[in-house]
Formats: sequence, structure tokens, C-alpha cells
Amino acid sequence: MNLNVNLAGVTLKNPVMTASGTFGSGEEFSEFVDLNALGAVVTKGVANVPWEGNPTPRVAEVYGGMLNAIGLQNPGIDLFIKRDIPFLKKFDTKIIVNVCGKSTADYCETVERLSDEPVDLLEINISCPNVKEGGIAFGQDAKHVEAITKEIKKYSKQPVIMKLSPNVTDITEMAKAAEAGGADALSLINTLTGMKIDIQKRRFALANKTGGLSGPAIHPIAVRMVYQTAQAVNLPIIGMGGILTAEDAIEMMLAGACAVSVGTANFHNPMITKEITEGIKAYLREQNISDVNDLVGAVQ
Amino acid sequence: MPEKRMEKATIVRKEEISSGIFDMRIQTEEIAQLAKAGQFVALYCADGSRLLPRPISICEIDRQESCIRLVFRVAGRGTEEFSRMQKGEKIDIMGPLGNGFPQKEQDAFVIGGGIGIPPMLELAKQLKAKKQIVLGYRDKLFLQEEFQQYGDVFVATEDGSSGTKGNVLDAIAENQLKADVIYACGPLPMLRALKQYAAENGITCYVSLEERMACGIGACLGCVCKSKETDAHTNVKNKRICKEGPVFEAGEVDLS
Repeated sequence: MNLNVNLAGVTLKNPVMTASGTFGSGEEFSEFVDLNALGAVVTKGVANVPWEGNPTPRVAEVYGGMLNAIGLQNPGIDLFIKRDIPFLKKFDTKIIVNVCGKSTADYCETVERLSDEPVDLLEINISCPNVKEGGIAFGQDAKHVEAITKEIKKYSKQPVIMKLSPNVTDITEMAKAAEAGGADALSLINTLTGMKIDIQKRRFALANKTGGLSGPAIHPIAVRMVYQTAQAVNLPIIGMGGILTAEDAIEMMLAGACAVSVGTANFHNPMITKEITEGIKAYLREQNISDVNDLVGAVQ
Repeated sequence: MPEKRMEKATIVRKEEISSGIFDMRIQTEEIAQLAKAGQFVALYCADGSRLLPRPISICEIDRQESCIRLVFRVAGRGTEEFSRMQKGEKIDIMGPLGNGFPQKEQDAFVIGGGIGIPPMLELAKQLKAKKQIVLGYRDKLFLQEEFQQYGDVFVATEDGSSGTKGNVLDAIAENQLKADVIYACGPLPMLRALKQYAAENGITCYVSLEERMACGIGACLGCVCKSKETDAHTNVKNKRICKEGPVFEAGEVDLS
């Protein structure tokens, strides 16, 4: 049985990776799950300088999911290169660094700093709904998406994955713009902007008022957007959004994703990535499919 | 052996000890052996619509029987689900989490307020020092009799139905108590007042904080508090309550 997938020229040992922001740089989760068993670790977003993030409360549970407004707190690229990359290098898995920024120059600075580091791919976060500058502002206008992708490609030595926001009228326009800008792959979806109100206190559940909705509640939206995007562009797609089980991951691949990221589900069960990989294997055996790549876009 | 474990624990006893406050004893494989006073565990709901684990402080540790005791208030649907569980049922649990209380051989105030009282019981048991235990309640008392075996207990109630009318600082003043170190868990206004009291009296104060959490192990950065100095891990003035905490020296953190 072949579980290897090719993501923009990089071979992953299996299609299961972590979703940025839910797994840190892997250290905390490594006490529970063997990082060697992952196709890739996608790190929490890192910027050119440290960011303090938003005030608390930053997280709130909702039915079938959660809201978060962490605000991209990160230690900055210097400490990340010194500490996080050497940690991940100890494992036999691919390293995908998620990059965030407040301006095009910020993104490019971080991308350039990473260009000679032992990192396999870069994922560019132009879709975070929780920061005032940068983040989603770049991801909601097709012209901006194309322009920032082009700029980043000037500085990157690794293949570039553009991470798209679902908070748009037509995600395929953003996908086409990223493709036109030279993106090597796409990942989708980031979280959907949501809100929760505590009716007893009559206060917002999050200090930021709004937050990104993730978890099983958004899975059908993610499947639909992955399918539409796969129809619209010729780039490999990493599918994510509410994957909790192997069935969810398989659904995402059938819709057109060549790999999947597991996010919020890590909070529900820190060993879940391994269990999803095992579940995909069991499905392939049952269905007499010898190559996981045969699932990609195979919905009829 | 790793410091944290993911286990299926068994409920060996459960009762409601005050209105909406439940006392649960659970049998663990390794968690009871690893746990320290002031640490917490994360409990997972069986209902899949509730994804996030609930952080619950450890009230008592029984290494011989490999059990831990959790005393929690029903605050939402998750804790409500736990409160309905019966003896013999299994629950997914991760822990022990967080740092726990440092333990000094100095005259101590062991202070708990409301649902911050339970984690002070194991500390009161373990602490090798003169202990004055000050417990603050809204009205009805719980656990206070169990504290009596470990030190002198002083009670404050908001409605004045037992002990000093007022808060824990009112009880300290009324009884003219003095100590060299404070260990405390409770609502933020109480911790803020104790931090100020400690600063004015030149004594050390350790506070146990809480915040909405997601992962419980330091990866998601959901549950941070502001810190005085740049934190070595986060590289900003934020500390992770689930990892560097929940117990902090009060001067290290911003409680405003």
C-alpha cells in the first residue's frame, strides 16, 4: 500500500499533517504522539518579530467546535530558528513553517530568513481573522493575493503554500489569484469568523469579540470549498477544516485534497493524527485501493 | 516515563457536597503517582459536540490507592455531564498538568476562595510548616471540616452566615493573623487583593490562576496571562497558565 503523497515536489510519508496554530512546533504534543508518524508538522505562525497576541479570553467552546482569537502570538523568527527548527529536525517528518505578517515586507523578511533553513515548505497565512493588520486583509482581495504571492516567491527557496480564507464570497477567485502569483500549493480553509455571547454576563465570550470558528461544525463548508477550488486550479490542495476522523480526511481527499491537516481535533485527542492515519490505511485495505493518491478528487 | 499521561480513569465515588458542587474520586493508572499539589487534570466529555477538555484542579492525591479526588462546580454542559457520571463509569483524562505549588518551610497562609478551595486541600496536607488556613465562601461551606486536621481554619462568608462576614482578608484582619508566605487559589479580585497584601507586608505570595483553555499542554497559547518579564518560552510578556502555571509568584504576573 502506498501512502506517500507528493506536495509541490516534496514527498510526505502519508497525507496527514497538523494544522497551523493547533500544534505549536510539536514539542508539547510529542509527549503524546510520535511525530515520526506524521506526514508533516505545520508549525504555528511565525512573524519577523515576536507578537504578544490578543487579550484573554482567547478561546471559547461552541457546539461542535470552538472559537479562537489568539491573535498570532509568536516568539519571532530568531528564537524560532534557534529553537523550534532544531527540535523538529530530530524527527523523521517534513517541516512546514507557517508565516504571518502585518505587511508584505514583514512576510518577505521572514520568508528570506527561512530560505537557508532546513524547512521543507512554507505556508503563508493570509487568512487569519484575528489580527487587525495583515492576516486576512491580504486574503480577501484577489489582487492582493496575487501581489503578495508574487513578492513572497521572489524571496522563497522552498515551495510556497498559500493558506486561504473561507471568509470570502468566492474562494476560487482567491485560489486563481494565488496560482497566477506563482503559488506552489494551496491550503484551505482557515477558520470562519464567528461570535459567541455569554447570556448570563451579557458579555462577549472572547475579549476580541470575534474569533475564528473551527472544528467539526465547519467540515461540510471546508469539503465544499476544497471541491470548488480543486475544480478551479491546477495546484495541489491541502484540505483542512473540522477533520476529526479518518472518514472526514478521506472525504476531503475525495473532494480534491492531496493531503489533509488536522487542527482542533488535536485538542479533543492528542493522539488523533496517528489514529486518522491508521483509519485511512484501514479504509484503503477495505476498498482494495493500493495507492492513497487514487482517492484524490475521486468523487463522482 | 513521560510526565503527563492520557488515561481512561474509573469513577469510584461521586457525590454532591454542596449545591452544584460535586466531589468525585477517580482511579487512575499513573496520574495519581505523578501528581503534585496544585496541578490539574483535563477531563474529556463523552459527548462529541463538546470537543475541549475541561481543566479541573486536583483536590487530593491518594498514591496508595492510585486515586485522585476532584471537587468541581457545575459551570456549563461539560461539568454537568461529569456530574451525572456514576461509580464504575470510565472517563478520558489527561494529566497531571501544570506546575503545582512550591512548598516552603515557612509559616503559611493557605487561602482558598469559592471553587478555588479544593486544590488547597492537598497542599494543606503536604505542607511541612505552621499552617493557617483561610477559606472564603459566598454562603454555604464545603470541605472546611477536612482542612481542620492540617491547621487552624478561619472562615469568611459574604453573607456572614459563618465566620467573619466579608472576604478572606477580612478574616485575616479580624483574627490578627500573620504568616511569611501565602498560597492561594480563588477569584481574581481575591488574588489581586492578596498580592497587594503580600507586597505591603513584604511576604511571598503564590497564586493559582485559571483561564479558558483549549489544549491544556501549552501548544495553543489560549490561556496566557501577562507577565512582568519576557517569558523564556513565548519570548513575549505572556506566560502559559497551563504550562508555566497555574501557580505563579504573584509579583511575576499582572493580575489587573
